[in-house]
Amino acid sequence: MSSASEVADAAERKDVRGRWLLSLPALLIIGIASVFPLLIVLVYSFLKPGSYGDVVWQFSPDAWVGVLFQRDIFDGTLSIADAHLSIFWRSVRLSLMTTVLALILGFPTAYFIATRPERTRAIWLFLITIPFWTNLLIRTFAIQEVIRNEGVVNGLLMKLGVISSPIQMMFTDFAIMIGMVYVYFPLMVLPLYASMEKLDFRLVEAGYDLYATRLKVLWRIIIPMVKPGIIAGSILVFIPSLGAYVTPRVLGGGRNLMLGNLIELQFGQGRNWPLGAALSITLLVIVMAALLIYVRKASNGGAHHG
Amino acid sequence: MPEKPDRSAIEIRNVSKIFGSGDDQVKALDNVSVDIRENEFFTLLGPSGCGKTTLLRLIAGFDFPTEGEIRLHGEDIAPLPPFKRPVNTVFQNYALFPHMTVAQNIAFGLEMLGRPKQEIEARVAAMLKLVKMEQLRNRKTSQISGGQQQRVALARALAPQPKVLLLDEPLSALDYKLRKEMQIELKRLQGETGITFIFVTHDQEEALTMSDRIAVMSAGRILQVGSPWEIYDHPAERFVADFIGETNFLTGTVKEAGNGRARLLLGSGAEIAASAASDFKPNAEATLMVRPEHAKLVKGKGDLGGTVQNIVYFGTDTHIHVRLDGGEMFIVRQQNARSAGCGFEEGEKVGVSIGDDAAQVLRD
Amino acid sequence: MDKTFSIQRMPGFATIALFCFALLYLPIATLVVFAFNDGSSIVMWEGLSLRWFRQAWNNSQVIDASIRSLQIASVAAVLATIAATMAAIATTRTRSYRGLTFKYAFINQPLMVPEIVTAVALLVLFSRIKVMTGYSGLGYLILAHTAFCIPFAYLPIRARLESMDLSLERAAADLYATPWKTFRRITLPLLWPGILAGFMLAFVISLDDVVITEFVKSAGQDTLPTYMLGQLRRVVTPEMNAISTVFLLISVAIVTLFFLISRRKV
Repeated sequence: MSSASEVADAAERKDVRGRWLLSLPALLIIGIASVFPLLIVLVYSFLKPGSYGDVVWQFSPDAWVGVLFQRDIFDGTLSIADAHLSIFWRSVRLSLMTTVLALILGFPTAYFIATRPERTRAIWLFLITIPFWTNLLIRTFAIQEVIRNEGVVNGLLMKLGVISSPIQMMFTDFAIMIGMVYVYFPLMVLPLYASMEKLDFRLVEAGYDLYATRLKVLWRIIIPMVKPGIIAGSILVFIPSLGAYVTPRVLGGGRNLMLGNLIELQFGQGRNWPLGAALSITLLVIVMAALLIYVRKASNGGAHHG
Repeated sequence: MPEKPDRSAIEIRNVSKIFGSGDDQVKALDNVSVDIRENEFFTLLGPSGCGKTTLLRLIAGFDFPTEGEIRLHGEDIAPLPPFKRPVNTVFQNYALFPHMTVAQNIAFGLEMLGRPKQEIEARVAAMLKLVKMEQLRNRKTSQISGGQQQRVALARALAPQPKVLLLDEPLSALDYKLRKEMQIELKRLQGETGITFIFVTHDQEEALTMSDRIAVMSAGRILQVGSPWEIYDHPAERFVADFIGETNFLTGTVKEAGNGRARLLLGSGAEIAASAASDFKPNAEATLMVRPEHAKLVKGKGDLGGTVQNIVYFGTDTHIHVRLDGGEMFIVRQQNARSAGCGFEEGEKVGVSIGDDAAQVLRD
Repeated sequence: MDKTFSIQRMPGFATIALFCFALLYLPIATLVVFAFNDGSSIVMWEGLSLRWFRQAWNNSQVIDASIRSLQIASVAAVLATIAATMAAIATTRTRSYRGLTFKYAFINQPLMVPEIVTAVALLVLFSRIKVMTGYSGLGYLILAHTAFCIPFAYLPIRARLESMDLSLERAAADLYATPWKTFRRITLPLLWPGILAGFMLAFVISLDDVVITEFVKSAGQDTLPTYMLGQLRRVVTPEMNAISTVFLLISVAIVTLFFLISRRKV
């Protein structure tokens, strides 16, 4: 080994040390205010609830049992917690429906943007991005204005004489779903657009050249090629939908709870912090599983496409 | 012409460079040694991946050798970081600072060296004049053409008066005409500044026209160092002959050898004497190399017999492809005379005559 | 039959897309329009007026919450941008080294965890610290906001760094610039648009946050979004529309600026 290579080794060690030092502030802040609190929640999920919120430092698996079962107050037997289960089910079902609807609407929208001429494309993209960066609460409020009993839709339909009394849309699952599609729509369109922008239209030409109809070209060529975008968009919509809190709170009106609201309840009126902690970890695990599937698929897709 | 051809500017001593580790190890340079003289235009020539750019980066200080020494005027600079080496680089993509003007780019190195303001100004003005860019001094580098960017890159690298200027395929991004212009320009700049130029290229024509000396590289090794004509007319190895210019290769067995010459028995039974690049023992396998323009086609019997298979017209000259009686293809290049055909026809029986000095025997 | 066959056209796609764009902007447009309503209904138009803007301006709760929002967003965005810039420099343009993947995962962690989970986790941690230290100032909100802003600030800065030509810095080093001078004279000026973009993203994200703020804030620490969330439970007057309109305007202005900056090529 020459002196130069020793110098190079020393320089590389110094470089890596410098890089750790540089990333320290970010790691510390996220560690303190994002990662560490999660660990506490994990610990809390194995403790006993205090009588006015908080916890008693005593190990207990009750919170985890309570995620799926309820104990009879009198004889202590366990039965399936229907209330929790139905909220789980509603969360998953609404999130899936939101994802599918967003995909059905988002796919043509992204395709439309991707096939615009270069100059106007940026404007369309900008129009999709704007709502994404504006306040979620305001957008939820805006959709509420539209679907309220006294809102735009009902007002219009009544004026036209289609209906005589307003259709109740607020405080239904339908309202939550519409709201979530509305607020998470850009999250579907942006990754779809990103993969469509890279689409090589010479392949589409080749498809037509080989006697494929438009539908066949769409199904056999375009959709397989933008699959990474479809998966990314779906995951990006599904995950925040599953953990949604504001939209179901405003549009579901406290009756149609989703997981996020159920968790909040445990830290509010219900005052069962360990149960809330266990529910939080459960939600986190579901989300991580979805992300894992995404990463798997994404890396597979990458391998396929080169 | 270099005035003191024997003083070394750069000495490369047993330099090896290994990238990666374990199974992924790649030996980019394998025990390379070479001296580069003061004031010379020295070219590292080879196909991509031969290690020429790696060697340049080691001299510049962007990488450190795994083993070996790099001396600049006798001092080992291999452990120094790039900003402590009196060596400047013209990058392949020019690497001009996009947020600075032409003049600011040229001044950058002098500023970093802490030179006084007046000196910097005078030097920038001189450099702008040298590369004929006075008019564009206040332009942003994104607002000038590729050829102009090239000039700015040169001026910027020359401004601090480096001991050695490194050029990493600087002409590869230019179109053909501009490239020809810049070749002459570079040669002029080297003459005017008297700075040692180390030039990296994969373009053999560029190397032949510009260099005082050329090092031909392949697979991390230097195969031959010499003047352009030495490299062209007396290649040391088959790879060198093949990489530079067009060549006919014929294989055979050495009959006798000595005094830098060898007599070769070819497969077709013909015997040819030629100068030899290295010592040969009788009965060794060897390759005979003949440049197409050094062979002559004759009616009747020559040194080799064959049939004309193809005649390809190139304007200034004509290539005649001959199928030798032994089965190999042989190309003869013939200068075109005014208003005349090449004098041969496809299918015609011909002889190939190889002059005494035209052929060279190479190791396989 | 088409007069000319277009390779890219898919029948119906444009219609659906335009329909989606309309649906995307119609509710927002309605909301903005009724901010100027003279009556107190948010659906029945009764004439043009600025009275709700005036009312919001005179509502000290709204003003307090707005100022608090801006304070938190400014401080958190600055801190997050500094931390993210340093982290981006530490994690880009390098050969993979031990811990690099860990850093990526750590920096992006706030993006992967549902906001409600982080929110209750912070509630649990901070409520304990509040009791222990007796301090219940804005520090908690600023810390929490900084944490979830870092990955947003990190994104454009990292993208910018990765698209930056390493040979520029090499050229600077070749021209006798020490590493620090290279950073000051070359890296930082070229990175600047990315840093600015990162700051703006962080600022908007902090300004918009509802969930984490709602759980972390102490009494009397409403930001504009949490104030609005509280108001949405009551009967809503166009005052909300007026506040929302101003809020929207600010967000759109910042995002537009962000777009212009990130589109600019050096």
